[in-house]
Amino acid sequence: MATLTNIPHQIELRTSEEPFPTAKTQRVKSTRTMWNWLEHLHPALLALIRVLLFVLPILVIVPLLIWWERRLLSWMQDRIGPNRVGPFGLLQTIADGVKLFLKEDITPAKVDRLVYFIAPALALFPAFAIGGTLPWGPSFGPLHLLTPIADVNIGILYVLAISSLGVYGVVLAGYASDNKYSLMGGLRSSAQLISYELAMGMSLACMVLATGSLRMTDMVSSQEQPLWGAVSFIQNWNLLTPFGVIAGLVFLICMVAETNRAPFDLPEAENELIAGYHTEYSSMKFAVFFMGEYASMFIFSGIFAAVFLGGYNILPIRWHYLAEVMPAMSGLWDFIDSINYWLAPIWFIGKMIAGISFYIWLRATLPRLRYDQLMALGWKSLLPLATTNFIVIALWLVTTSVFGVALGWVWAIGAFVVLGIIYRLTIGMKGVEDRLHNRVVTLEEPERRQVEVVEPPKAATS
Amino acid sequence: MINVAGIEITPELVAFGGLATVAALAAIGVVAFNNAVRSALCLVVNFFLLAVLYFTLNAELLGISQVIVYTGAIMVLFLFVIMLLNLGAPQILHEKWDFKRPAGIVLALVFAGLIAGQILPSLMSASRPVSNPALDAYGSPQAIGRTLFSTYVFPFEAVSILLLIGIVGSILLAKRRI
Repeated sequence: MATLTNIPHQIELRTSEEPFPTAKTQRVKSTRTMWNWLEHLHPALLALIRVLLFVLPILVIVPLLIWWERRLLSWMQDRIGPNRVGPFGLLQTIADGVKLFLKEDITPAKVDRLVYFIAPALALFPAFAIGGTLPWGPSFGPLHLLTPIADVNIGILYVLAISSLGVYGVVLAGYASDNKYSLMGGLRSSAQLISYELAMGMSLACMVLATGSLRMTDMVSSQEQPLWGAVSFIQNWNLLTPFGVIAGLVFLICMVAETNRAPFDLPEAENELIAGYHTEYSSMKFAVFFMGEYASMFIFSGIFAAVFLGGYNILPIRWHYLAEVMPAMSGLWDFIDSINYWLAPIWFIGKMIAGISFYIWLRATLPRLRYDQLMALGWKSLLPLATTNFIVIALWLVTTSVFGVALGWVWAIGAFVVLGIIYRLTIGMKGVEDRLHNRVVTLEEPERRQVEVVEPPKAATS
Repeated sequence: MINVAGIEITPELVAFGGLATVAALAAIGVVAFNNAVRSALCLVVNFFLLAVLYFTLNAELLGISQVIVYTGAIMVLFLFVIMLLNLGAPQILHEKWDFKRPAGIVLALVFAGLIAGQILPSLMSASRPVSNPALDAYGSPQAIGRTLFSTYVFPFEAVSILLLIGIVGSILLAKRRI
């Protein structure tokens, strides 16, 4: 009988400097001489370069994202969209920014002034800080000196921690505005973020189990291993693994909820709350809220890309393995490999923009959720699904190392079925009942409403 | 290096000084503000800066737990409750002056002196630890996970059961009939 202390090579903690040594690592070292000057920089200067390389592109790209959202949305809705200012309307956002800068900054009389001024800054801070451990490039070779701002051993926890700070901006803005609709928006937002954070943390924890490390660069390099440990020429992107698909789906939904975006934008529901938490904000403070929203959308897409979509790699193909297997074409594969390496930021930004486009697609497609639907989705569907996935992964890791690969899969599928049945019998049934109940209520409602017949007032002289 | 009164001013010391000052000011703000939301906000700032202080000591996991648990979860719930109870409107409490205030000040000073007498001597003799490779893994997620699930597995599970009891109890209180 195996005890818990001497289980498995999969769960064994990877502690060394280079957890996933690859043939790549060796080859890229030869180009290092050209980049030697980077290694001789003062660490503080290098850190400054890393921060600037991360923050400046975001600042530049946010206006472009707003333009892209408006154009893509209008294309999806069969409109034209902004196309007057500059080529293809590209300068529209700049014009809007100038307008917002020059507008009068109105502060309502009865606001809590200190909190009212701090709130937009608090909304912007997590949006930029969350990318502190996000690697936009490879974790080996010369580029690794530039990529994650801090390659700490708690990378993914840092993301969770900072994203949980995002709620403060919205809540305090809602509170300080001294407007009941804003307050409602703030309350809704805090309830929503607390609910969806759990499922998000669970889905990320699944990937931590699968990877065996909390370090973001390890999560990327573990995705460069052979697919399922068997298919040598395809990379093991988490979205291609069975557990990763489930975790990725949960994370994708949660990240939309975390950024207060379209089907989950209850905190700013226009038809119920005017504009929710930023009703009372004007001019630049209003713009700061939007900037934070777009920046955090962008960076959450980046986190999705890093954790589930193989990081900076353009295609899930292990080029250097192909070069080893087919020596005749090794020149071609090496060339593609080096392009994949040196243009890493471009591929990564491409994946981020794909994520943003997904956000916009959702906004164009789905209507806003009702509040009870939002809570039911978070607590009754996503959280049980993510937890089930977590338990199954843990069981799979243990059984694989104890009984072997085939029996491991049998155990995993069996556990998934058993937990699914338990879910169906407990939470799932209740969900169905509630839904039926709600449907009856909404169907009956029009009948209950009495039509008031207002008599026209009779004229006094007739 | 700059020396001030025999103390070497290092970047770490400057960072610590700045963070600790703001954290202490925020801690005072928690009790000094009349407005409940501002007090809560000060507590958030204090917790966050404590986490940053942990980061400067290379205790990343401790710091991040501080942010996740206190700043990100507990304080958000606090704010949520404050807003729901509508304590936000500045309701200034007027306390009548009586003998309790000077007595409280005196007792607080005595208490502070007592604690300072215990802590300060060992702080004065503290020195910067020499970099030790065996200590580098100290406080890392791996080390903490191993200790938690081997040496301290019983207390760990006991605490989880305690938390579970807390959750069940609160549900029982809130929802009498289930």
